[in-house]
Amino acid sequence: MSGGPNPQPMIETVGLRRTFKGRGGAVEAVAGVDLRVSAGDIFGFLGPNGAGKTTTLRILATLLAPTAGTARVAGFDVARQAREVRTRIGYVAQSGGSSREATGREELVIQGRLFGMSKAKATARAAEILDALELTDAADRTCATYSGGMRRRLNIGIGMVHRPALLFLDEPTTGLDPQARARLWDEIRKLRDTGTTVFLTTHYLEEADALCDCLAIIDHGKIVAEGSPSELKREIAGDVLTIGVNGRGDEVVRLLAAQPFVREAELQDGLVRLFVDRGEEAVPAVVRLLDAKGFAPATVDLHRSSLDDVFLKKTGRSLRETAA
Amino acid sequence: MRTIRDTWLIFERSLTLSLRNPVWVIAGIIQPVLYLLLFGPLLGNIAKMPGFPPGGAFNVFVPGILVMTALFGTSYVGFGLCDEMREGVVERMRVTPMSRVAMLLGRSLRDVTLLEAQAVILVILAIPFGLEINLGGVAVAFVLLALVGLMMSPVSYTLALILKSEDSLAPVVNGVAVPLLLLSGVMLPMSFAPDWLQTIAKFNPLYHAVAAIRALFNASYGDTEIAFGVTLLVALALVTITLGARTFSRAAS
Repeated sequence: MSGGPNPQPMIETVGLRRTFKGRGGAVEAVAGVDLRVSAGDIFGFLGPNGAGKTTTLRILATLLAPTAGTARVAGFDVARQAREVRTRIGYVAQSGGSSREATGREELVIQGRLFGMSKAKATARAAEILDALELTDAADRTCATYSGGMRRRLNIGIGMVHRPALLFLDEPTTGLDPQARARLWDEIRKLRDTGTTVFLTTHYLEEADALCDCLAIIDHGKIVAEGSPSELKREIAGDVLTIGVNGRGDEVVRLLAAQPFVREAELQDGLVRLFVDRGEEAVPAVVRLLDAKGFAPATVDLHRSSLDDVFLKKTGRSLRETAA
Repeated sequence: MRTIRDTWLIFERSLTLSLRNPVWVIAGIIQPVLYLLLFGPLLGNIAKMPGFPPGGAFNVFVPGILVMTALFGTSYVGFGLCDEMREGVVERMRVTPMSRVAMLLGRSLRDVTLLEAQAVILVILAIPFGLEINLGGVAVAFVLLALVGLMMSPVSYTLALILKSEDSLAPVVNGVAVPLLLLSGVMLPMSFAPDWLQTIAKFNPLYHAVAAIRALFNASYGDTEIAFGVTLLVALALVTITLGARTFSRAAS
């Protein structure tokens, strides 16, 4: 360990486990999860349905006690100091959180009051959030009249009334159209910009890729991969270069495989495939090298490995197949 | 302190939402009003039979109808909670530092408030039929009704929190409420019942609630059923409230 400052993580779990008693015996939904989420990040938690995503989230949000292991959230133990944790976190469940019969403003005000704000303070805070989320026009209508995107924005607003240091979002964009989703991403980024740590679950890879600073993939109750989206993609597959050569493919493979920036090179159907860490740097280097050695490449194609590739490699399943 | 404040907040919120869509409040009063109008008059002749408790037919009948209203008005409140659970409202509040007792008590007090409003309407409607009232007795009777509500409504919420869906809740609530109703002497006095049935009825808290309220409507303030009924219902309400609050606070799976 270096002597540099090591800020306290927003979330830290050690050997977290949760067992449910089912008909066919005990089921271990969370089977030893070690997580570390840095303050100020948007952290994405991915996994197929039933992988332990929501169970982990519910433990972290004090809704479920762990069977074993510890979890510290915002500096406090979720099992022993649940109240301390609750004052510092916001939680937006998949099921929402707002009542059809209530108006958006009512929901925001009561939430503030349940966190101990005075009526005046809660009212002012509600107006502020309604304004920020562009819900002021709908503020005094019941939630039943809201569109899906509006209701989702309100629910997130409810979760941030008390300015939590950490906000949990359980599949915040599931079922939204692309426009409403993009809109919500902007709101989530704004939250991070104001210093809020965001922990979200998703089964949209493009969402994780576009939005998250850091990701963890959970499968069968265990973390199978962790890192930034680009790190994960590099770690698994790297970028892929496909080079068209006119004959002499074997020689080209031998030459390129010896280069320090190439991880793996193979010849497939007359095309040379290179696995490299940084494709954008590898392309000019490969072209220069091949030119210099007299193998004029006909075509060079750069394909970035996607999170889907990562997911497939780590869990043996495609996330898209398992997504509801 | 926190509990009182949070209870008030939840009470205020749930009452506002109930009154915004008062269809259940209105539905809740229609059935007892029908009993009052269409069944009550049948009792005129039965009241002359030997074994019928003292007081006019309506002084025996109205306390029963009031307890029935309290029972049915508060046994089914869990249905609304199922809806709130589906919308994520319960989870959302569980993640706040609010008092867990308040989650239950705020809602139960709303139920009791609506119940008392229905009871006032019923009593007023019954006066032209020959109900004789004395204000002191009726006031204490209303306290007893509130206690019935405070005993039953937490049971309904507890079952809803455990069962989570209206479909599973309905048969269980019926299974509890219907025998309680039949063994309470609401329709006809239990004094008409064979001994074995009377013996079973004595284990039903609602039987004692009905007996106490009848004594109060007849101004028989010395009747031991009154003190017994109040004590029993206070004790049971404390048990069900504790149970309900615990279920609210326990992190459910």
